Amino acid sequence: MSGGAPAGAAGGRPRVGLFVTCLVDLYRPTVGFAAVKLLEDAGCEVVVPEAQTCCGQPAYNSGDRPDAMAIARQVIEAFRGFDYVVVPSGSCGGMLKDHYPALLAGDPAMKDAAEDLARRTFELTSFLVDVLGFENVRASLATSATYHDSCSGLRELGIKAQPRRLLAKVDGLELKELPGAEVCCGFGGTFCVKYPEISTDIVAKKTADIVATGASLLLAGDMGCLLNMAGRLKREGASVKVRHVAEVLAGMTDEPAIGEGGG
Amino acid sequence: MSEAREKILRGIRRSLGRGPRLGEERAALQARLASPRPNLIPKRARLPHAEQVVLFQAMAEKLDATVARVSSLAEVPDAVAEYLAARNLPTTIRMSPDPELDAIPWDRRPLLTLHRGRAAPEDLVGLTPAFAGIAETGTLMFASGAARPATINFMPDTHIAVLRSSQVVGDYETAFARLRAAAGREDGLFMPRTVNLVTGPSRTGDIEQTLILGAHGPRRLHVVLVDDEAH
Amino acid sequence: MSAFPVTSRNFRKNTAKAHADENLRKALKRMESGAIVRRAAVVAELPEFDALRDEALAIKNHVLGNLDFYLERFEAQVKAQGGHVHWCATPRQARETILSICQAVGARTATKGKSMIAEEIALNPFLEENGIEPVETDLGEYIIQLADEPPSHIIGPALHKTKEQVTELFHQHHRKYGREERVTDPQALVNEAREILRQKYIDADVGITGANFLIAETGSTIIVTNEGNGDLTQMLPRVHVVITSIEKVVPTLEDVSTILRVLARSATGQEFSSYTTFSTGPKRAGDLDGPEQFHVVLLDNGRSDLLGTEMQDLLRCIRCGACMNHCPVYHSVGGHAYGWVYPGPIGAALDPHFLGIEEAQHLPNASTFCGRCESVCPMRIPLPDIMRHWRERAFESAVTPPQQRFGIRLWAWVAMRPALYRAGARLAMRLLAWLGRREGRLSSLPFAGGWTAGRDLPAPQGRTFQELWAARRGARK
Repeated sequence: MSGGAPAGAAGGRPRVGLFVTCLVDLYRPTVGFAAVKLLEDAGCEVVVPEAQTCCGQPAYNSGDRPDAMAIARQVIEAFRGFDYVVVPSGSCGGMLKDHYPALLAGDPAMKDAAEDLARRTFELTSFLVDVLGFENVRASLATSATYHDSCSGLRELGIKAQPRRLLAKVDGLELKELPGAEVCCGFGGTFCVKYPEISTDIVAKKTADIVATGASLLLAGDMGCLLNMAGRLKREGASVKVRHVAEVLAGMTDEPAIGEGGG
Repeated sequence: MSEAREKILRGIRRSLGRGPRLGEERAALQARLASPRPNLIPKRARLPHAEQVVLFQAMAEKLDATVARVSSLAEVPDAVAEYLAARNLPTTIRMSPDPELDAIPWDRRPLLTLHRGRAAPEDLVGLTPAFAGIAETGTLMFASGAARPATINFMPDTHIAVLRSSQVVGDYETAFARLRAAAGREDGLFMPRTVNLVTGPSRTGDIEQTLILGAHGPRRLHVVLVDDEAH
Repeated sequence: MSAFPVTSRNFRKNTAKAHADENLRKALKRMESGAIVRRAAVVAELPEFDALRDEALAIKNHVLGNLDFYLERFEAQVKAQGGHVHWCATPRQARETILSICQAVGARTATKGKSMIAEEIALNPFLEENGIEPVETDLGEYIIQLADEPPSHIIGPALHKTKEQVTELFHQHHRKYGREERVTDPQALVNEAREILRQKYIDADVGITGANFLIAETGSTIIVTNEGNGDLTQMLPRVHVVITSIEKVVPTLEDVSTILRVLARSATGQEFSSYTTFSTGPKRAGDLDGPEQFHVVLLDNGRSDLLGTEMQDLLRCIRCGACMNHCPVYHSVGGHAYGWVYPGPIGAALDPHFLGIEEAQHLPNASTFCGRCESVCPMRIPLPDIMRHWRERAFESAVTPPQQRFGIRLWAWVAMRPALYRAGARLAMRLLAWLGRREGRLSSLPFAGGWTAGRDLPAPQGRTFQELWAARRGARK
């Protein structure tokens, strides 16, 4: 067992429930497998509860509170009993960790369970670095990359140093800091389809910054942002490839990058 | 509008779900006002007095004021004359009719013409006594009064302030405490009509965010800092 | 100037107009690089900045919980020093109060310092209609008054104007003062405005300023400026009118010191603004200058209804503008697109309260919830949460467009049925992957025009994670 994984409740390996997130499930299963590999390398037992779908953000952020609460209850039930719940997304992680307790604060039956889930939930890179102290990344990728800090991860969960620390361990990878890395990419969930002109305007500034770094690869920790930035880069004909940070950390870069054909 | 007054107060209480503050609650609020306590004071300002004076000068200069240190009030006329001459500024000065400024031996520089009274539109140089200097941001405090018309702080192109080193304090709170103490009353009715905290000259960024000094108030702020403390 | 035209309903149209305005885009670009860097630098100089934010927040929360007490105390202190306090529940009452103060002294012109409350109550057009000429003296406000436009930023009202536009405005409006020359240099433009406005201060009968804070302890009103225009506005005319709102009261000078430490740093990235001025009552016996009358017009306009609600935190706002300075949506559309007095994140959270959610429904929706506004707000106002509350109210009251409501409810319905979700997802992703099989992406897709107008849609990998995971588990077993 590599890394200093704390023992699970039963004294053995920590039992981790993976919250895959809907975008990873639908769009990019590779990220899910990368997360499983990293967690297993770090000494965890990984379980993927079947009853998971979406964290409820589309409903929550559209003002559909009743549906958001119903989905939150479903997620809480599905992830009872795990030592930890790990999410390869700052946005969905923030939903479980920050917003579920607020959403269910008025529900006496679920309040404690929501807070319990929040305590056990971590974004993937934060879990590896902050909880497990795992930095034994065994991956290599000879290229130059830049990293975009997705907003929810950065501002709700304080994810900034963790992915960089892990990426620094990847053999051959040169990380070029992205100016304005903390500026939103313009995705914003349903925002990007409700206000596409503004969303496109924002992402175009972001891709200009990305291209200006000269990096060959763009990384981030959230599928929504990645789809948005990849979609814009491809539309502009930029050669920058786009991947989720977990793919690189797990050494799973054989699949075509996001928005690339020829798999 | 007393109808509106009652409506607003009633609305506030209804929203807060309570009646008027009475009894102990009211007494606690009154006590908070009667003996105001400073909140967090930045470390930057908590220095020995001599270092506060140094910090005051450094911050004032950083924020586009100029500072000349002199060792006595008697040296003020020279400092003022030299400042004006070096910048080719007029030597006619609008000065606060303040006893402290009157005590300065102005006849040492007979070319300086002093006019006492409130500022007039044609005044180009103003000279006023500061009430305090606040080190943490190089800020001057001016307190208006019969001998200290506030217009002189704003109308002339060039504003010269006379500040004694003993008037330099670390933070805003200490300056306010001195203002309270100077009035010697505890009912909150101690503020002069106008108290100005002045930090550097007038400025604007309203045209393409280009910083321009001298928007409506003084284009230049000069502090003559007089050492009045025994060493 | 015409009354602030409410165009929040036309947010989409306003956005298109903003995107087509090259001058605006340049101005916003300048702001994006300037304001953010300046704030970050000055915050880094003060290690206690975040601790001061917490204290400032606690002070404001304390005030809001005891707002009636502090307002009454403020009023008593103003009166004890010879001033007047006029309580106004509505904008109309505030306008009429100010007009009658002006009329009582036979005023023909009133100089004005910058005041968002004056914008909120649409004071200028009302004074004009009643024969009193309002003269804006803040340079930015003066520029947009000449242009007959509303402010586009709460502390930089003319942020959207280029210096060439200012040159033209001055040329057009200053000829009547005998200025024929076209002035182009910013310093020369400032000088020209300075000279023309100097006479206006002197001629004015009434000076109207806003207030950043009201001090309960002393009955003082405070304005924070860099230009010094607010000071000349209030000290030269015979009458000083302060137009302000009820949430601006702060207990003591010590409390306001704490808040002042975070205000300028958040707003303009300065250590301290040039002028912080405390006005207490009219001029005193023996004073050689200062106003003979001092009036405080205290506006509620529904603010008291926010107390005790999930939106109460909005009343902590000190109008620094940091939220809009850091907002990607504001950077894209500018201030006018929001269509009312308060733009940016604070406007998106506050305007629906004044305009109603139906008129203002776009504003809280047009946010990516990136959270940068909250992260820089000196008062830690949870702006995204408040915008979400407005979205909830819009959803509940069916203000949200039906197709959006239907889409969200359908998605949630499926998400609540994991087996159906898995089956549907498998089919949908297969289809999408097949459509994008060649390029790995789609450049157009029915019903996804919003996405594909400005970017490609990356194709999914084809199988869902759940599907592959089940297969792998089956293989392992």
